[in-house]
Amino acid sequence: MKKIVIKHPLAIRWFHWINFPVLAVMIWSGLMIYWANDVYAIKIGGKALIKFFPKSFYEALNLPFHLAEGMAYHFLFMWLFFVNGLLYVFYTAFSGQWRYLLPNRKSFREGWLVLLHDLHIKKGLPPQTKYNAAQRIAYTAIIIMGFGSIITGLSIYKPVQFGWLATLCGGYEAARLEHFVLTIGYCLFFVVHIMQVILAGWKNFRSMVTGFDVLPLPKAEPKEPEPSEDEPIIEPVIITPVNS
Amino acid sequence: MKERIISEKAVFLKTIFAFVIFIAAFSIGVYAWKKLRHEVKVAGVQSTLRKGLNTNEKIFSNLFSEKRLVKTYPISEAVSHVRVNGKEGLRTPVDTANWRLQLVKKDGDTLSLTLDDIKKLPKTDIVFDFKCIEGWSQKTWWSGVKFADFVKFYHLDDEAKLAYAGLATPDKEYYVGIDMASMIQPQTLLCYEMNGKPLPLDQGFPLRLIIPVKYGIKHLKRIGTIFFSNQKPPDFWAERGYDYYAGH
Repeated sequence: MKKIVIKHPLAIRWFHWINFPVLAVMIWSGLMIYWANDVYAIKIGGKALIKFFPKSFYEALNLPFHLAEGMAYHFLFMWLFFVNGLLYVFYTAFSGQWRYLLPNRKSFREGWLVLLHDLHIKKGLPPQTKYNAAQRIAYTAIIIMGFGSIITGLSIYKPVQFGWLATLCGGYEAARLEHFVLTIGYCLFFVVHIMQVILAGWKNFRSMVTGFDVLPLPKAEPKEPEPSEDEPIIEPVIITPVNS
Repeated sequence: MKERIISEKAVFLKTIFAFVIFIAAFSIGVYAWKKLRHEVKVAGVQSTLRKGLNTNEKIFSNLFSEKRLVKTYPISEAVSHVRVNGKEGLRTPVDTANWRLQLVKKDGDTLSLTLDDIKKLPKTDIVFDFKCIEGWSQKTWWSGVKFADFVKFYHLDDEAKLAYAGLATPDKEYYVGIDMASMIQPQTLLCYEMNGKPLPLDQGFPLRLIIPVKYGIKHLKRIGTIFFSNQKPPDFWAERGYDYYAGH
């Protein structure tokens, strides 16, 4: 016999595994759109340190001259990304799963300890439930980022009808840059996430498919203590009144 | 978190079951993706994607309000070097002396208007952030006649009740279709000046469309004809995979 502990509810597994390919299509089609006006770079002293992106990068992914195609994919899959994300947020809110997910008062201090532990600087982890403090921060941040992508995306897509959103983002051009930075954020999240999944091992990955962790059965608790043989058995003494 | 105690065999079966579903869902996803990639193209893009664009058009044209104006700027913020993008419809030399705006009315009558006819109407200036579908934008200054004023002056009220306006260059090499709500939005201009001077040839002399609620692809340069229809007029870029609506 084994003990199984439900770790990831079925709904959350579906949301997660649907989001993965949908977000991949959003990033791929987004790059096709970005290519048509690829103006971003990290510059230090007027010199481009990192250019987004080098020609070889575009060519390797067959991105050039696919603006129309990119837009067509982006504006269809945006609905899947949006609806899936929205359902996830609703599910998390109403099922109580948010308790395992949202950072609490301790999380920001503990998140730091988790980071030091994962970088092999410090030993020992603070006690945790389903997610550790760093996971709580990361998985909440990624939802806020998704929300940000929708806000900035709408500001670029319909900058007049959603003019107030564009203003909130600091204008049309600012919204485009923010939308791009968020995408870079997803890519960095993905790299760290994959590394952590590999390090956490097969059982952790398996639980994202099956939903449960398998634990050895705890030792059976002893029942009523039975009298042992080397203890003297005390015969009950029946005291009867003696008639005279 | 919920716990259960089950046999090892049950654990094994549950695991296998979950992975079978997982792999099956993954395979369906790959199959659907491949099917989508290889679909027959409608106007330059896979038919499902075209349906998606058309659905978005319905959703967002219902959401459109002509009361929501495009943000405008003072003339001092307008750039002096205005970007030129696209020469379609401009390759045929323009016959400036004989140029007329051909306005096809509902009953088939065609009004033939000179630039001076159009200039008689009140002049409107606008400085706005001109947005190209490629992703760049520029604050530019344009002047001309509001299309809404033009409709009133030439008694085109019946025409303006139709769903679309179609515009084409004199050589018919470039053409756009635009929903009427966007056409009569108060910032849409039949434009004849840029930066306070007559339009340069490469910016559509003698008359072009400036329609701030649309991407640049809809701002047709060198208007030859305008007509009205309930059917979607042909659109150069929409035939090449782009969104027909292309609106903001």
